[in-house]
Amino acid sequence: MKIVQSIKKFLSNIPVAGWLLGILAAVLIEYFWGYDYISDYLGLPKIPVLFGAILMLKDPVMIPGVLAYDLVVYVLPVCIVGKASAFFTNPLAGAMEKLPLWISVLIHLCCFYGILSLWAGINDYRVLVVKLTLISIILTISINVINGYQGEFSCSHPGFMAVGAYVSSVITLFLFTNDKIFGAALLPPALGPWLFPFALVIGGIAAAVASLLVAIPSFRTRGDYLAIISLAFMFIVKSAVENINVIGGARGMGGQPDLAPLHVIFIWTMLCIWVVHNFVTSIMGKALNAVRDDEAASESMTVKTRKTKMTAFMFGAFWAGIAGGLFAHVLTYINPGMFSINRLAEILAMVYFGGLNSIVGSIVGAVSINILGEALRPLELFKWIIIPLILIFVMIFRPYGLISFKEINAGKLLAAKKNK
Amino acid sequence: MTPLLHVDKMTHYFGGLRAVHNYNLSVGPNQIVGLIGPNGAGKTTVFNLITGVYTPTEGRITLENENILGLETNEIAAKGLGRTFQNLALWRHMNVLDHIKMAHYSQLSYGLFDAFFNTGKCRKQEAKAEENAYRLLELFDIKRHADQLVTSLSYGAQRRVEMARAMATNPKVLFLDEPTAGMTPDELIQMIKIIRQVHQDFGVAIFLIEHRMKFVMELCQHIQTLVFGEVIAEGPPEEIQNNPQVIEAYLGKEDLT
Repeated sequence: MKIVQSIKKFLSNIPVAGWLLGILAAVLIEYFWGYDYISDYLGLPKIPVLFGAILMLKDPVMIPGVLAYDLVVYVLPVCIVGKASAFFTNPLAGAMEKLPLWISVLIHLCCFYGILSLWAGINDYRVLVVKLTLISIILTISINVINGYQGEFSCSHPGFMAVGAYVSSVITLFLFTNDKIFGAALLPPALGPWLFPFALVIGGIAAAVASLLVAIPSFRTRGDYLAIISLAFMFIVKSAVENINVIGGARGMGGQPDLAPLHVIFIWTMLCIWVVHNFVTSIMGKALNAVRDDEAASESMTVKTRKTKMTAFMFGAFWAGIAGGLFAHVLTYINPGMFSINRLAEILAMVYFGGLNSIVGSIVGAVSINILGEALRPLELFKWIIIPLILIFVMIFRPYGLISFKEINAGKLLAAKKNK
Repeated sequence: MTPLLHVDKMTHYFGGLRAVHNYNLSVGPNQIVGLIGPNGAGKTTVFNLITGVYTPTEGRITLENENILGLETNEIAAKGLGRTFQNLALWRHMNVLDHIKMAHYSQLSYGLFDAFFNTGKCRKQEAKAEENAYRLLELFDIKRHADQLVTSLSYGAQRRVEMARAMATNPKVLFLDEPTAGMTPDELIQMIKIIRQVHQDFGVAIFLIEHRMKFVMELCQHIQTLVFGEVIAEGPPEEIQNNPQVIEAYLGKEDLT
């Protein structure tokens, strides 16, 4: 433990900017030398996609090689460059503190996006994993609004997602593609990327309106009963879609234009984090917590509890709808089976693993469950034993999830670290 | 003197049970009125009826000559009826400062979109609420706990948080439901001080339920005694103290502490 502490202390004076620089170095090393020199020399068949987890599980002989690769390409460069550059990244972070917060956040985000796209660009599989992870972040944050901040146990998220996915798909198919059902494109496909946000927002609004079916019963019921109502909602949406032949029924709907490249999803994810963060830190948003903790007291303190509940549901469902729309345009194919109980289990796992009532927790939960799910893929069936086991342990030791009831302070996070 | 809060012939049934019968109340500006009675007499029910948690079967309730009967609890609260609860009703995952800020809810006029995009209007109003919240925290001597969760505070401090929170709604009449329940004698004396202070500083009228006679006799200018949902006696403290009916129904069975 002493070693861990001294490593922690050694790395404690690196600001976020320094970490970013370190990661950039690692990604560049992988980009230029990863295949030709490092993985070749270590006897690996190709660049390990997700830190080599898949290679290790498929062929245990590779384990030393993969670990060496991770160490040489990721761990050492990040730590060394981060530490070595601290002498100028700290003053840099200090200078950025003087700027308005949003500018400094924007600069960090742009750098982060550049690094992320460089890292993901090495192969298509990584791009897909990153895209789906970002969408999962939106989903997890949006369910956290209902299940965490508002404290209702809602199981209807895949339903909201399906509504968003189908509505936005119908709009883009109708407008930008020559589709068998919806006829020729009404608008030139070049307009697609510009009008795509509107399609997404309409999908989100449709999901928000649909969520009233769960929100209105929530005025009178709570807990288990509302969970059952929301579960019913999910199945209603699923079987409704299965029985509408215009949108493909159970066969699904394909051919959506590929309007969701990485940067679009990244921007939507950041927008989601920003808006939800603003909301939950305002008095209006904290009313959600008040209603959750004591409804009668909230009423007596002039809080409009019905409006608050309705807002929570509609707001959460809106973002779920956005996530659904992005999801549909990443895979360019959707079917009702995707928005069923498996998806629900995944979403609930992410939010309860990461932590209730916390945006950081949601991000951590979404990223870890997604990466874990991909990394453990070679184990096939055992994946569904290992992930639930991890969840059980988290629930025993941290009943509210890994990071719960905590909000990030962007200013503090990006600030320069003082030398101790 | 026109009464601030006026309740006229209020009656309420829970199914077949008559919980409150023919109840009248008028609270004048700056007056402290006490409601006493044995357990199960219906004191808290009276509170809940006036504050809109239940709607009375019959009767009229007016605040500043304006009908408040049938409004939702939050609307009644926004019109100027603040209250505390018999068993503390604090929000357990929220810190003290947020409690007081939350009670400014009805005084905020920004919309949801202001909250989503953190507009200037939203920031300005929240800053104002925060400033006011700190002022109240100071007044109630809980400023040092501002960042703490309420569950980590002592019982007396939690009571003060509840009072401060009720005052943040800008009440015209403050309803206190057993403000000294579970308090030590020291805390009791402090509570009397605080209530006096609130009464003077804010010029607010107070309507309180209490069990401890010493407390009621010391604070109230007017006392009602409720037994089985009916007022059997009312008047100034000395009169109530010596009323044989009250002694029989209530005081006679309990120690005068």
